[in-house]
Amino acid sequence: MDKSDNNIDQYRRRFLERSTAIAAGGLLAPGVLLHAIANARPADEAVTGKVRWGMLIDSNKCKTGCNKCVQACETENGLKRTGRPDIDAQWIRKVTLKQKQTGHTTSLPMLCQHCAEPPCVDVCPTGASFKRADGIVLVDKHICIGCRYCMMACPYKARSFIHEDLSDQKAHAPRGKGTVESCTFCVHRVDKGESPACVSACDEGAMTFGDMNDPASEISQRLREVQSTEIRGDLGLNLGVRYQGI
Amino acid sequence: MRIMLRIVLLLMCAAPVWAAAPMPEIPKGKGEQCVEDTALMRTNHMEFILHQRDETVHRGIRTKKHSLKECIECHAVAGDDGMPVSVQSPKHFCSVCHRYAAVSIDCFQCHNSKPQTK
Repeated sequence: MDKSDNNIDQYRRRFLERSTAIAAGGLLAPGVLLHAIANARPADEAVTGKVRWGMLIDSNKCKTGCNKCVQACETENGLKRTGRPDIDAQWIRKVTLKQKQTGHTTSLPMLCQHCAEPPCVDVCPTGASFKRADGIVLVDKHICIGCRYCMMACPYKARSFIHEDLSDQKAHAPRGKGTVESCTFCVHRVDKGESPACVSACDEGAMTFGDMNDPASEISQRLREVQSTEIRGDLGLNLGVRYQGI
Repeated sequence: MRIMLRIVLLLMCAAPVWAAAPMPEIPKGKGEQCVEDTALMRTNHMEFILHQRDETVHRGIRTKKHSLKECIECHAVAGDDGMPVSVQSPKHFCSVCHRYAAVSIDCFQCHNSKPQTK
């Protein structure tokens, strides 16, 4: 088979995928499903910079005291409590902000912001901390030496170091002693065309996940419509996680 | 002197017998054939999974052929309780040869050595 044939096959495959997605969306109605199927990338295809994954968090909808996103993250990625909270891995945490003058409180989940210009990648001496073409910032634990420079460089305190031996990790989320880790945007789910576990777990609809490069995606539309903020936007890191209502 | 020589000779004759540790009994995986030829896998499995790991982690390629997760799915060995054993067990597919060859691997400090129960 020559190259042009191959291209035709790819176009055909994409067309079929899209039409299946439209058909499924039409039959089963929920837009979520349509979104999931349309984004599924074939397993043998590499990620590209055409996509940039991002998240919009509406802090007005985020309930104080609700911890579902954090729990979903722990279950999905097999993060277990060690009994020593100061060394527990935290990929996402709930933060409460209080306006001192008015007393108004805001609750929001804080996670790796998946910067377009990630300081953790800049400082990593081995190249273990890297940004995938589609904007997801990850740690390649195979080459991480556990020096923790990235933890110091991160303005969001998003990374954790694993101090003790682990066992029975999830097959899709290998983790181990002596390496640094952080939110992966549930990369194993995203690669299947699903949303991160925290987004799926949020009953309030406070979290929107999608491709910020696709003008038709829900997240792009919302970002166009509403006022959103990058935390420490002054650093100019071009964040993948944006907040509404702060 | 003669006795010494006899002992040396005896040892030399006996050497092949006690030098050969029993060959490892390699448990059979699921299905008829591994993803590559068995002989090729024996010598090159580490190259395949090393290549695949970079493809998956950095480029998001999640094909199953050389994925460690699939090795573990196919080559799971059941213990006495009928549940798959972990790499700590000498019966584990990876342990069988790696113990024999005295090659320690660190894959399973992070990866699960048992198939995931869904």
